[in-house]
Amino acid sequence: MLSDRVGFPHKVFGLLSKQPKQNTWFQRFPSLGAGGGNDIQWCFSQVKGAVDDDVAEADIISTVEFNHSGELLATGDKGGRVVIFQQEQENKTQSHSRGEYNVYSTFQSHEPEFDYLKSLEIEEKINKIRWLPQKNAAQFLLSTNDKTIKLWKISERDKRPEGYNLKEEDGRYRDPTTVTTLRVPVFRPMDLMVEASPRRIFANAHTYHINSISINSDYETYLSADDLRINLWHLEITDRSFNIVDIKPANMEELTEVITAAEFHPNSCSTFVYSSSKGTIRLCDMRASALCDRHSKLFEEPEDPSNRSFFSEIISSISDVKFSHSGRYMMTRDYLSVKIWDLNMENRPVETYQVHEYLRSKLCSLYENDCIFDKFECCWNGSDSIVMTGSYNNFFRMFDRNTKRDITLEASRENNKPRTVLKPRKVCASGKRKKDEISVDSLDFNKKILHTAWHPKENIIAVATTNNLYIFQDKMN
Amino acid sequence: MFLTPVVPHWPFQNMDTMFVRGLKRKCFDGEEDIEGTLAGIKAIPSYNLQRQSLLDMSLVKLQLCHMLVEPNLCRSVLIANTVRQIQEEMTQDGTWQMINTQSTGQASLDRLVSTDILCRSSRDQAEGKHVPAYGTFNKDFESDQAQDSSETMSTASSVQAPRNLQSNVWEMENPQENKGNFQKSLDQIFETLENKSPNSVEDLFSEVDNSYYDLDTMLTGMMSNTKMGHCDNLETFSTPTNTASNSNCKSDLNDLDHIVEILVES
Repeated sequence: MLSDRVGFPHKVFGLLSKQPKQNTWFQRFPSLGAGGGNDIQWCFSQVKGAVDDDVAEADIISTVEFNHSGELLATGDKGGRVVIFQQEQENKTQSHSRGEYNVYSTFQSHEPEFDYLKSLEIEEKINKIRWLPQKNAAQFLLSTNDKTIKLWKISERDKRPEGYNLKEEDGRYRDPTTVTTLRVPVFRPMDLMVEASPRRIFANAHTYHINSISINSDYETYLSADDLRINLWHLEITDRSFNIVDIKPANMEELTEVITAAEFHPNSCSTFVYSSSKGTIRLCDMRASALCDRHSKLFEEPEDPSNRSFFSEIISSISDVKFSHSGRYMMTRDYLSVKIWDLNMENRPVETYQVHEYLRSKLCSLYENDCIFDKFECCWNGSDSIVMTGSYNNFFRMFDRNTKRDITLEASRENNKPRTVLKPRKVCASGKRKKDEISVDSLDFNKKILHTAWHPKENIIAVATTNNLYIFQDKMN
Repeated sequence: MFLTPVVPHWPFQNMDTMFVRGLKRKCFDGEEDIEGTLAGIKAIPSYNLQRQSLLDMSLVKLQLCHMLVEPNLCRSVLIANTVRQIQEEMTQDGTWQMINTQSTGQASLDRLVSTDILCRSSRDQAEGKHVPAYGTFNKDFESDQAQDSSETMSTASSVQAPRNLQSNVWEMENPQENKGNFQKSLDQIFETLENKSPNSVEDLFSEVDNSYYDLDTMLTGMMSNTKMGHCDNLETFSTPTNTASNSNCKSDLNDLDHIVEILVES
């Protein structure tokens, strides 16, 4: 299969992908592109969330995550709620589409709090959700806001015991002296009820805002990272955590760099990486020392002097880091690009994909309206052959690492007929705007796609706009 | 004007393209209206003006940080780094000195220091005051406090003397000088902003929530971030020695009495 091929020398990959062109052959010859070869045709499947344009602040989606089987899809929002969708069992007769995702459970994960020491509010916004692999009938996930991580158990109840003879009809307890027989209650079926209960609360370990959580491959420990520190927890123990990275300078005046994301390696339980606001990624080995302040590897690409500006540092700040499923590569997202790094090569990425290079000349305006600080996430598909990330105007981008083709799609209610194939979009950077192209100046910078997720096994993707969740699938023939 | 309102669609000014190529263009760029032998000289002020407005924008952004729920540390650090970059370049250019003598007549060092205060303060907000009064902190937090012991000790002991607390936040010796410097820096910001056309200030703030550019609110926001959460402390705030009589916005800056009044009322 194309995606299994790893024989290409890295140098070739690097050369090919450095071209910042937007119009690949795919888009110059649309008639050829759509169905050619192994290309996926993406179709609208579902959209969740309010229809009206007036967005309630609490409904803003702040994280999206599939579980390990892909059967469950969790979203977190600014109001501290978690909504879990479950995929219906595949309908064998209707082979054209996979099961739909319907609401499975909704619960309030975090409440707004008040920090009395600093007289500041602690937002209830869910920053990240991570699923634990399923070990028994129940599902477990970790959800976190700025300060507190919670382990939630989601379990189903479809039976209840009936037949107690201890209570009257109205619920009052019978007088014990009137009870003369022993009746063992029997389980009878009931309507399915999905319960979410908090099993562990991991609090008071972070002075700064938590930006990442990542579960270790040992399934016993996990890390939580804030702006300056990373802590290691055991899932069973809530009153203790170990600090494994601390980049807080002795003198806060000297602070010039913060931690922006962190993740455990998918296979090696002693390895993790963290990214910084200066565009560097550090790989650390917990076996080397208790406090991993000294990295084992430092991944950094030398700056391109021709592109230097006052905004160079800001746009180099990494907003997300994700290991490939194989564990051989990791992907980073900075403001304008997605980079794929080989863990064995520290001095530069092996592949670079430009997400919206047309914004490079608009950086000053984007700095003024704060868009330059937007933190976009990125994700891999199940086979590590395609990567996806979001952009503005409700556009999202996918890059096929093997074919080197990329595509821009839009999450919009206009295309909301099921099995409608999404039309590729194109942004016109300058000059004459062709038909169906959108000029940079018409882009809506309030419509940003920061969170996307890819089903671990299938070609099903979840894309979050401000307050709606879109689910797209590939066209099955 | 260089500063455009914050809207999704905007008419892009030359500003963006100029900035991208900013560092390369010490020499003449054909796009400017420059003529003849003065070409080089005229190009530079234009770039400097752009750079200056970027600096002003950044300083205002840093100040706005103070007012949020809790300042986003990453954003503050990135903006502060940008400010530092600009200042370094301006110092190398020699334009730092030039601008200072023109607008404020103060030594360049003062200006650097005062900007530094602004950069520092947002971090200090995030740093917080770890008063060792709660026993529920876990181990990590306690060891963290041990590291910050010098800060916490001074902070704890300053509960009785808010003036000292404020000076700890700003990390300067003399509170009076401290307050003076801070006011100076804000004065400078507004002076430089006023040097531009009036429209620019409005443009800058047009899309911003009213409370953000209300200086009183801004300052009370900062003050409330530093208070310990007990109303008692407010009463021990001593009044400043300098008073103001004029009613405009800027003079309110000089009037801590007014600020304390607002705090007590709210």
